[in-house]
Parts: sequence; C-alpha cells; structure tokens
Amino acid sequence: MSAKEKIRVATLWLSGCSGCHMSFLDQDELILDLAKKIQVVYSPLVDTKTFPENVDVTLIEGAVANEEQQNLLKEVRAKTKILISLGDCAVTGNVPALRNAWEDGGKLALERAYLENTEVNKQIPRAVPALLDKVRPLHELVKVDYFIPGCPPSASVINYALTELLAGRTPNMEGRSKYG
Amino acid sequence: MSATTVKLKIDNVEVEVPEGTTILKAARDNGIEIPTLCALEGLTNYGGCRLCLVEVKGAPKLFPACTTPVSAGMEVITNSEQLREYRKMTIQLLLSERTHVCSVCVANDHCELQSLANKLGVDHSIFERNWTRKEIDSSHDFLVIDRNRCILCTRCIRVCDEIEGVHTLDLKQRGRKAEVIMDLDEDWANSCSCTSCRKCAKVCPVGAIYVEGEPITRTKNKDVAEFILTRRKRK
Repeated sequence: MSAKEKIRVATLWLSGCSGCHMSFLDQDELILDLAKKIQVVYSPLVDTKTFPENVDVTLIEGAVANEEQQNLLKEVRAKTKILISLGDCAVTGNVPALRNAWEDGGKLALERAYLENTEVNKQIPRAVPALLDKVRPLHELVKVDYFIPGCPPSASVINYALTELLAGRTPNMEGRSKYG
Repeated sequence: MSATTVKLKIDNVEVEVPEGTTILKAARDNGIEIPTLCALEGLTNYGGCRLCLVEVKGAPKLFPACTTPVSAGMEVITNSEQLREYRKMTIQLLLSERTHVCSVCVANDHCELQSLANKLGVDHSIFERNWTRKEIDSSHDFLVIDRNRCILCTRCIRVCDEIEGVHTLDLKQRGRKAEVIMDLDEDWANSCSCTSCRKCAKVCPVGAIYVEGEPITRTKNKDVAEFILTRRKRK
C-alpha cells in the first residue's frame, strides 16, 4: 500500500500524562497490522511541526488547559474528518481539571508548582501559553465524533476503534471502555 | 406474608407477586433487572436516584419502581428506548453534579456509579460539570467522608438509622447544596452517637464514605443486601 492510499492518522497530546499514548503503543504486534494501513502524519511520536491538512482520523489525549491547546484543537478539528476523544482527560477533564474547583485554580496551580514546591529559582514562567480559567473536555469546545473513556483506555479498545474505522465501519463504543 | 397475590405484566411477561410488593422487587424476583443506585434490599426505599423510573401503560408519567407498589392488571415497561435515554441522562447529571474523578478515587473499579455508567453506555456527559468543592472529613479514626463524591443516595443515612439504630448521619440543606452530616453537623471525631460500625462505608455505592487504610475490596466485598437482611432478622 503506497503512502497515498494509506489512512492519514494523527494523535495529539494536550493536558494529560501521555498514558493514553503509552496505551496506544501497547497494542504490541497489532500495531504492525495497523501500520500497513495507516500513516501517522502528526503525533508526539513523529517529527512533524505543524498539523497537516486532510487528516482522516485524529486521536486526542488530554484536556484543554491553555490558550495554545485551545487554538490547536480548533485547527485540528477543521483539518480532521473524524475526531476522537481518547481517555478520561479528553472526555471529562479528569485530573488536570481538578483545579476547576478553585475560582483561581490556574494561578494556584502555577504557584504550587513553581513557588511552593521548589527551593531554587522560584519564578512563574512567562514565555509559555497562558492557562485558561477552567480546564475543559474537548467536546465542550469542538464537535467530537467518538469517545473512548478510560485512564488509560486499554490497548485493545483503541485497536478495536481504529480497526473498525479503517474498515469503514462505525465503532460501537458502548460498554467497551470505562471511566477510570 | 399476605396470601393475597396480584397479577401483572412486566415487559410483557406475566408475573404473580404478593400484594404490596414494589415494581422493583417484583421485577427482580422474576429475573428482570432494573438499574438502581439508592435502593438496597433491607432498607426503606427512598426513590431518590430516579434510575429505576419505569413506564406504566395508560399512565402519562413515569414511576420510580422502588417506591411504587404493584396493582392488578398493571402493564410495566422497564427498558424502552426512551427509558434508556433518560437513564443515561440521569447518570450524566450525577456525574456532572460533583467531582467524580474515577482515576483518583478510592472506589475505582468497585463503584456502582462507574459501573452503571459503563453498562448503560455513558461515554461522555452532555452537561458541563459543576466543579464544586465540598468538605472532606477525615477526623474519625478510620472512617472518611469525601462529600465531593457523594451522590446523595442516603443509603448511609438509612443504614445508620434503620440497622445500626443510632442515626448519626443525616442530610443538611436541600437540592445541590445538600450534604451528609454527623449529629448536628459535627466533625466525625466529635460525634457522640457514632458507634464506628462501618455500615455506612459498606453500603456507600461510590467512594464517598470509606475505611482509611482498608482495601476497598474488603469494605465492599460482601453481598451488602444479604448482610443487612441478616442484621434485620436478628432484631
């Protein structure tokens, strides 16, 4: 199968722990079958700097916590046919969103990380994207086509979803993956 | 038990149960499962979680199966597409009301809310979360209440009152402000009525009340209903 005929797949890592990407890699030898049919065009696992046009499927791990992620998510949505929320952070906000319970949670989180829990060079970095007031799951900002909850979702359920999509079928995620 | 029985249809199956039986019990005794969170055999039915809502032919509204007694000739539908939609929505409302984060919860994989969400196919919530912050009381020697995870099913309050017979636990406030409290809103350690019996932790369907340092599998590994029924018979 030439690169042109392959399904163009992207994965995106927003505010999450990368556990969902680990689970994606944990498909073991099944990933070899996938590799025959897909081309990974953008991912933390490949060295592409900008999100390409005409992506068939994008799996997104993590919640949206800062302005850069918010803008990137909108760009990705516009350039992707099928967008999948991968894992609890993308689906519910999960741990990154725990700060939402505080009115100024973003500020408190930064202070905790860069001032309270460090001995030297105490300062809050400024040359990084500004945090949003509230951390949000993807579907509160853009249209999401499929949801795969789980912390992380199992490799088999990721493989099932991708295999079904590659075969041109609609994956039935009901009861397959669970929160937590 | 009364000898009088009532005939009715549940999901088009004809069943015969003693008069006064609830729709929920009639269904369960005949192998028809209706999802619930607040109902627990041996405790007074409360009708709070609304997951067991069923349709009764000829009636314009839905009825909670756990508090509605059967009547002769009743035709009950427990699993229509509309009911399934409503149940999914109810779970989503429960998930969005407080901070339910399974990945950091003590009851992960042993939670009735989590497993129902999974079973009913709730893979995301259409409701934005409240992200409220409620008080955690860990003042007791080993019992902890994290009110952020509470779904207000009141099982703990009912088991404390009806089985242990001390009524340490109760609710304060109403609606989304409602909270489980000890005595007159004391810290748990200062409660003069609590007998530290752990029944509240045992019946809690989620991770709101738990025993510190004890694996959740041990707290919740028993058939809770059976345990309560045994206690009830002991008088």
